[in-house]
Amino acid sequence: MKKALLKFFERIEPDKKKSPFLHTLYDGFFTFALTPAHVTKGGVHIRDGMDLKRQMVHVVFALLLLYLFGMYNAGHQHFTALGQYPSLLSGFHLKLIFGIILMLPIFVVTHVVGLGIEFYYAYKKGHGIEEGFLVSGALIPLIMPPDIPLWILALSVAFAVWIGKEAFGGTGMNVLNIALLARVFVFFAYPTYISGDQVWVAGMEKLAAGSPVDYGWIHLNFFNPIFESFGWATYDAAATVADGYSGATPLSLAFHSGWEAVASQYTPSEMWWGTIPGSVGETSKPLIILGALFLIFTKVADWRIMVSMVGGLAVTAMLLNGWGATEFMKVPWYYHFYMGSFLFAMAFMATDPVTATSTPTGKWIYGFLIGVVGMVIRVLNPAYPEGWMLAILFMNVFAPLIDHYVLQANISRRLKRARASA
Amino acid sequence: MKNSTSKAIFTIVSMLIASAAWAQGANSGSGSGNILIYSLISVAVLVFFYIVIQVSDSLLVIESKQSGAAASGANFSLFPSWKELFAPRLPDFLHNKPMTILKRGHDILLEGEAARVVDEQVSANAYAVQPVNFVGVSPIPKMLVDVGAEVKAGDPLFQDKARPEIVWVSPVSGEVIAVNRGEKRAITSVVVLADKEIKYRELPAFQLEGCTREDLVTFLLETGAWPLIRQRPFDVLADTDEAPRDIFISTFDTAPLAPDLNFVIEGREEAFQKGLDVLGKLTAGKVHLGLDGRGKQAPHKAFAEAKGVEVRYFHGKHPIGNVGVQIHHIKPVAAGDKVWTLGVQEVITLGRLFTEGRYNAERIVAVTGAELKEPKYVRTYLGAKVGGLIGGNLSHDHVRLISGDVLSGRQKTADDFLDYYDDQVTVVEEGDEYKVFGWLLPSFNTPSISKTFPSAFFPKMKFRAETNTHGEPRAFVVTGSYEQVLPMDIHPQDLFKSILVGDFEKMEGLGIYELIEEDVALCEFVCVSKQPIQQILRKGLDTMREQS
Repeated sequence: MKKALLKFFERIEPDKKKSPFLHTLYDGFFTFALTPAHVTKGGVHIRDGMDLKRQMVHVVFALLLLYLFGMYNAGHQHFTALGQYPSLLSGFHLKLIFGIILMLPIFVVTHVVGLGIEFYYAYKKGHGIEEGFLVSGALIPLIMPPDIPLWILALSVAFAVWIGKEAFGGTGMNVLNIALLARVFVFFAYPTYISGDQVWVAGMEKLAAGSPVDYGWIHLNFFNPIFESFGWATYDAAATVADGYSGATPLSLAFHSGWEAVASQYTPSEMWWGTIPGSVGETSKPLIILGALFLIFTKVADWRIMVSMVGGLAVTAMLLNGWGATEFMKVPWYYHFYMGSFLFAMAFMATDPVTATSTPTGKWIYGFLIGVVGMVIRVLNPAYPEGWMLAILFMNVFAPLIDHYVLQANISRRLKRARASA
Repeated sequence: MKNSTSKAIFTIVSMLIASAAWAQGANSGSGSGNILIYSLISVAVLVFFYIVIQVSDSLLVIESKQSGAAASGANFSLFPSWKELFAPRLPDFLHNKPMTILKRGHDILLEGEAARVVDEQVSANAYAVQPVNFVGVSPIPKMLVDVGAEVKAGDPLFQDKARPEIVWVSPVSGEVIAVNRGEKRAITSVVVLADKEIKYRELPAFQLEGCTREDLVTFLLETGAWPLIRQRPFDVLADTDEAPRDIFISTFDTAPLAPDLNFVIEGREEAFQKGLDVLGKLTAGKVHLGLDGRGKQAPHKAFAEAKGVEVRYFHGKHPIGNVGVQIHHIKPVAAGDKVWTLGVQEVITLGRLFTEGRYNAERIVAVTGAELKEPKYVRTYLGAKVGGLIGGNLSHDHVRLISGDVLSGRQKTADDFLDYYDDQVTVVEEGDEYKVFGWLLPSFNTPSISKTFPSAFFPKMKFRAETNTHGEPRAFVVTGSYEQVLPMDIHPQDLFKSILVGDFEKMEGLGIYELIEEDVALCEFVCVSKQPIQQILRKGLDTMREQS
C-alpha cells in the first residue's frame, strides 16, 4: 500500500523548476497522504508525534457531529416552516437530503476559495502548504446562515483569508480569527443576509405566510423520482409557509419581548437539543459540549478560556438580571446559555490559539472579558441581539495587550528577585 | 498564604450553617421563634470559637516565622494546608525534609534501560578531549603536546588561548595519536590511544584544611580539574577570578534512559564527599544538592547524608532532575549572578584529586537504547570512543548513536568520542521512513504528551522511539504546550520569540539566564511546530554573552 502510493507520487511529481505552482500543490497532497521521512538534525533526537496537521484535524473531528446535525436541522427547520413533518424524525430522508443539498455548495465554495488562496501564497512564498485553513474551512460553513448566497460567501472567505491571514504572513501570524472575520465581513457588508428573522430558514422565497417554497431541479427532478421509486414521501413543490410562522430566533424574541415570548415559541428542551433556527452549527448544545469536552480532553483547545468565558457570561448576566431595565435584561441568566451561539463561540472560536492570548494567566482574563463584552453587546446593543462574534474579534485585538501585561508582571517579579539578592 | 483556602472554606461552611438556621427561624413564624434564637446563639458561639481559633492560629504562625522554624517548610498552622490534604502521600524518608513538588513536566519512557550491572570487560581503546564541548573557549586552543607524544593520565594536552591558566588534561595514559581539525582549522578533538594499564601523573599533596581559596583554585587549574566546573548563566567554563554565589549539584537524572546515579555512586562515596568539601571552599555561598524525592526508596546515603551541603528533595517529572530547574526553585539565577554546576561524576573526579592524589577521570557510562542487545553500564574514562563502548552490542545497523540522552545529546559516529560531561550513550533507530497518513492515524509507538494518541491511556507504556520528526516545521501556532513541560515560572514561547527578534531587554526580563539547552529540550520535543528550540535558545545565550 505504502510502496504503491510512493510509486504513484513519484510518477506524477511535476518538475519543481518548470511548474512551481503544480509542485507546491503536489507537495501539499504528498505530505497529506504520507508523513515525510524527515529525521531530526541537531537538537532533540526524538520528537513528539503531534504536528500541526494532527492538531488541526482534531478540531475538525470535534465538528463532525455538528455538521451532521446542522445539515439535518436545516432540513427540519425548512419543513417546520412549511408546517410539514413536525416531529424531528418524520420525513427523515427529505430533511437530510435537503440539508446536504444546502450545505454541500457552501462547503465546496468555502474550500475552493480559501484553499485556492492558500495554495497560491504557498507557491508564491515558496513554503509548503500550511494546515491553517483545515479548521477555518470547517468552521465557516457552520457559522453562516443556511440561506447565504454563495457569491457573498466566496467574497467573505476571500476577504478573510487574503486580508486577514496572508497579508499578515500566513498561518500562525493572523491577528483576528479567520472564520469570524469571514462572518463579520458578511455582517457589515451584507447585513440583511445575516441578521433579522428572514435568513435562518432556507428554501423559501420569503418567510411570510403563504409564500411558496423554492426547490431546485435537483430536489424535484433528481431526488423526487428516487424517493418515489422507494415509495417514500417526496418534496412538495406547491407547499407554502404555514400561517403564523415567523422564523424568529429565540434571541430576537427575547430581545423584543423577553423570556415570555421565547417560551411561547420554543421550549427550553428544544433550544437545548437544538431543533431551532440559527446558524448551521450553533444550535445543538449537547453536541457542542461534547465537542468542547473532546477538545479539552485532547488538550487541543484550552480549558481556561472556556471556563472563564462561562464565568464572564454568568457574572454579567446576573448583573444585568439585577439591573432589569428591559425585558431582555430580565431573562434568567442561565437561559443565556440556551440561546444563540455562546457555546459554539466558546468551544471553537475563542480558543483559537493563534488569536487568543498565549500566557496561562492571560487566557483567564481573555476568556472572562469575552464573556463580559459578549453579554454587553448581546443585551445592551439596541439593534442586534448577539455578541460573541464581535466580542471575540474585539478581544483578539486586545490579546497582545493582555499578554504584554502578564509578561511585564513576570519580568518585574524577576527584577524584584534580582534586587533582593543583590 | 497557604492556609487561606482552608480558612475560606471554614468561613463559608459556618456562614452556610448560619444562613440555614436563620432561614428556618425566619420562615417558621411567631409560633417557633425560639428556633431563631437558638440558631442565633449557635452562630454566635461558632463565631466566638472561630475568632479564638483564628487568633491563636495566627499567633502560632507568626511565632514560627519569628523563631525561624517556618523556614524548614513545615506547616505550623492549626489548619492543614491544601497541600497536606491533597498532595500524594509521601514515603517516610521525606518526612520533615525540605521538599519541592512540581506538577509540570513529562517523563519519556523508552525501552532499553541499562541493566544494573557494570560490565568491566568493555573498554574503549581511544579517548579524546574535545574543545568543541566547551562554550566560550577559543576554537583553536594552544596545544601543549604533539602527535606521537606519550602522556600519563593527568598530563596537560592543551590550554585556552584567552585564559592560558585553564588547561585540559588527558583522561588516560598512552600515546597522542591525532589532533583532529574541523571547519576553519578549529580543533575538534585530541585523541589519546590508551595503555592497557593506566599510569597516572603523581600530584603534589594538597592540604585542604586551612588553605586559601586562591591556592585551591591554582591547584585545580594546574591539575586540569577546572573544566569539570560549569558556570551559569550561559553554561560556560567557570571564571577563575570570581567566587560563585552558590554551587548546585543534581544527584539524579530524569532524562530518558539516563543512568541511575544511586547506582553510579556505589563504591565512590568517599570521593564524592571529598569533592563536596572542596566545592564548599570555593564558594562564599552554599553547596546545594538536589535529591530525588520521587521514589519509595531514599536516595543513596552519599547523597542523602552528605555533609556540609544544603539538601532539597524534588518530586515530579522530567526535567526535574535538571540542575537548572532545581536552581530555579532553590535560588534562581538573576542578572549579574554567577553560579556553578557540576555533575555527580565530575564531583567524584574532583574529590579523587585529594583522596587518591591523582586525576582519575573514571566514568561509569550507561549504554542504553532499545536497539542494543544488552543495555548496561560500563566502566571507562572520560571521553571514551563511542564505537568501543558499543562493541558488538548493536542488534542492527539502521541506528543513530548519541552521546548523552535523546533530548539534548549529540549525534556521533562509532569513531567519535563521548562528550566531556556525558555519562550516557543512547542508541535509537533512524526514522527515515514515510508513513501513510501518519498525522491522522493513531500510532502506538509514538511518544507524545498529547492525548490524541492511544498511548495516553497507558501511562506506563514504554516506547521504541525513532528519529522521525513526525511533521514539518511551521510557525508558532499552538500555545501552552511548552508550559506543560517546563516547571519554571517562565513564559517559554514569548522568550523564544524575543530571541528570534533579538530583543535583549525582554530576553533578560523573561529569564534567559536561568535556562540552558537541556532545560528546554522537552519544549523542543513537544513542539507542535517542530521548531529548533535548543538552537534558538543557544543563539539567544550567545548574543547575551557577547553583550555582557
